[in-house]
Amino acid sequence: MTEGTARGTVIAATVLTACALVGAALVALTHRETAPAIAANRESAVRERLTAVLPPGPFDRSPAQAPLQVRAPAALGSRDALPVYRAVRDGKVIAVVFTAVAPDGYGGAIRLLAGVQRDGGITGVRVIAHQETPGLGDAIEADRSDWIRQFHGRRLGAPPAEAWRVAADGGAFDAITGATITSRAVTGAVRRALVYFRAHRERLLTTDG
Amino acid sequence: MATPGAQRILADGLWHNNAGLVQLLGLCPLLAVSATVVNALGLGLATTLTLLASNTTVSLLRRQVPAEVRIPVYVLVIATFVTVIGMLMNAYFHALYGILGIFIPLIVTNCAILGRAEAFASRHPAGPAALDGLATGAGFTAVLVVLGAGREVLGRGTLFHNAHLILGDWARGWEIAVLPGYDGFLLAALPPGAFIGLGLLLAGRNAIDARQRRRRHARAGAPAGGEAAA
Repeated sequence: MTEGTARGTVIAATVLTACALVGAALVALTHRETAPAIAANRESAVRERLTAVLPPGPFDRSPAQAPLQVRAPAALGSRDALPVYRAVRDGKVIAVVFTAVAPDGYGGAIRLLAGVQRDGGITGVRVIAHQETPGLGDAIEADRSDWIRQFHGRRLGAPPAEAWRVAADGGAFDAITGATITSRAVTGAVRRALVYFRAHRERLLTTDG
Repeated sequence: MATPGAQRILADGLWHNNAGLVQLLGLCPLLAVSATVVNALGLGLATTLTLLASNTTVSLLRRQVPAEVRIPVYVLVIATFVTVIGMLMNAYFHALYGILGIFIPLIVTNCAILGRAEAFASRHPAGPAALDGLATGAGFTAVLVVLGAGREVLGRGTLFHNAHLILGDWARGWEIAVLPGYDGFLLAALPPGAFIGLGLLLAGRNAIDARQRRRRHARAGAPAGGEAAA
């Protein structure tokens, strides 16, 4: 009886181990086969998004390559280092793209890309991830409304820094109807990125970061 | 146990024992990603593929796996296939993978899959087990797509939004504005709309079944109220 049970246990353990090994091997094999395609997908998705917030090319190299990693929790809204992409033309950084997080969205953090050119003017802002209410807060997506495009061409000073708020807070930017909290979060995140750019302009604009 | 015929397996998976409408399994993804037809179809196909692969594998292993460790083995098999399918989707249907996100890895926890492994695949040969996986998956996908179509039409006034994510660039023009100029009905797009929609589908299925039973009874000359006693 005891011997039978022990034998059963050994068989069970062996079968389970064998299944785990075969499963792990299958996953590893698939990973090896798909990893290049997945990495290429990621890069092309990033490149596509960057195109929307950058001045028209061509650039010396893909702006998606070799981003700076910047850790600035107060300015960029994340405790993790976030990529700052650089568009280089003729050996000169003509614009940078911040990845910024608005931690105070209505449905949680809102992740966005904000393109800033050398003189501090915004070349474009796009939301890349959010959990705002469908039908209300999701109007921050460029596909759903033009709201996010109002930042284009603005800079600190036009309007002045204290007016980088939504109209409800006495600022210069319209809020989305029914989504003031969302609009406030995005506007604040863009403002903080610009302030960060002004403070760290020299470092961000050197090509060999 | 006698293995049921192909027709029986198909009828069970698609209708009599439908994972979404009768067993009420896998409701979390069912409710979460059924906001549009394309999302629904994407998750449905991924689930079907997983069911087909896991049912076949479990059936082939059924004589080798001791009863005490069968559930861990099934979970291992299912998790392996889901991970592999997730990686393949990430590599070849990247945008759709981005939209379905967390619900792809969560297919592992869809009880409908473990349920079919235990209730069917572990007791029958590989052929019928594979067919059962296909039928169950198709039944689940059908519920997802019907719910997705209803919610998309009511919620956004469109059908086949983002069809190119599954079917490639030639499907880019597929989006149909069913209700042009329609502002959208937010409730249908939000989670409560999914619950209400599923409730209506359940009621509809039950109504059809009840009517068929009444007809059968009438034909057999049995009293219509005989069902209550049974």
